[in-house]
Amino acid sequence: MNAQPVLRLDNVGCSKGGRPLFRGLQCTLRTGHWLHVAGANGAGKTSLLRMLCGLSPIDSGDIFWNGQSIRAQRTEYQQDLCYLGHLNGLQESLTALENLSFATALRGHAAPLAQLAETLARFGVAGRGQQLVRHLSQGQKRRVALARLALAPARLWVLDEPFVAMDDAGMRMLEALIAGHLDHGGLAVLTSHQTVNIGSAPMQTVELRS
Amino acid sequence: MKAGQTRRVGTGAVLLAVLRRETALALRHKGEVLTPLVFFIVIASLFPLAVGPESNLLARMAPGVLWVSALLAAMLSLQRMFASDYADGSLEQMLLSPTPLALLVAAKALAHFVLSGLPLVLVAPVLGLQFGLGGQSLGILMLSLLLGTPTLSLIGGIGASLTLGVRGAGVLLSLLVLPLYIPVLIFGAGAVEADASGLGASGHLSVLAALLVLALFFAPLATTAALRISLE
Repeated sequence: MNAQPVLRLDNVGCSKGGRPLFRGLQCTLRTGHWLHVAGANGAGKTSLLRMLCGLSPIDSGDIFWNGQSIRAQRTEYQQDLCYLGHLNGLQESLTALENLSFATALRGHAAPLAQLAETLARFGVAGRGQQLVRHLSQGQKRRVALARLALAPARLWVLDEPFVAMDDAGMRMLEALIAGHLDHGGLAVLTSHQTVNIGSAPMQTVELRS
Repeated sequence: MKAGQTRRVGTGAVLLAVLRRETALALRHKGEVLTPLVFFIVIASLFPLAVGPESNLLARMAPGVLWVSALLAAMLSLQRMFASDYADGSLEQMLLSPTPLALLVAAKALAHFVLSGLPLVLVAPVLGLQFGLGGQSLGILMLSLLLGTPTLSLIGGIGASLTLGVRGAGVLLSLLVLPLYIPVLIFGAGAVEADASGLGASGHLSVLAALLVLALFFAPLATTAALRISLE
């Protein structure tokens, strides 16, 4: 892993169904910084985040991680990346613990059961580990999904509306989690309609408009 | 708030986690595992009832009928291979995993074979008895199914990934996948027939094994490409 991971967006543009959403996006994000992607509904925030992850092809321009295009280093890049989208990525018929254990395995890591349970407790879903995800509330599901951020180290967090369905305590907890991540030299990109207050970490904003 | 003491694991452990997850899911939806099996038993049992108890005719029909029934049964559960992972976002996470997607897909196909192909292999000799197949023919039937059904799961994965999120996916999936199943069907049913007519089944079984190797290499790659397109 590079000592100074840098995410750079170079002239990035995106169009959906023939209609341009945004173009000419320039931005450099350094270690310990976070990027707030702002914009109205339909401005292309999710599209940008999905391009950032490599889930969607980059329409125009390019995205660089540590100086190399993410298209040229998919495996290395994905090692450094953790993405939380609109969907939680939790299988409803599995328990919270099973889901968390699988999510961690997918990131190429393993943790003992006690540690998984402890992480769930830290995320405010203590004692729900053995419950099927389908029996959890929206906010609890979101918390289980977020718990994987703490389990597999990734330098870059890409979070699409992470605060949705979270209560006040949940928001504070998540802000503290992101602040800790940035403190340890991580980077974060997130969208949110709420006001986000992540301590003293330097913030950059890109506003999407066509 | 750092990761603490998680340890890095190899690709094998990740694939094992996929298998364990698929098994846990199957155990929680037993109906989905049993449906193809019951379907296989019912379809294959209808033929002796419809055709009548003429043992020569039944024994001649047996390989074809059993293979077609097995093929249709294996197809029943294909649609679910990626559907729920697609709906709940697990598939996105698999795409973003540092473990190559083709390997994850291969593990899912293996799980599909174990959970829906293998039961067919095990129950086939019992059904073969209804058709008056002899001991050796039953052995060849099982062997041909054992070599053929993993290929069906692998090829089926391509169809399942291509029809993700498409309306009326079930019918489209059958139309896509059935033509690709033809070689497996010909050599699978052919193996039992060749053995019954004294020609020896080794040629057919070798072709089945070759098809399996071919599918093992190409199907996960094709499935991966289709999944990436489905998730764009």
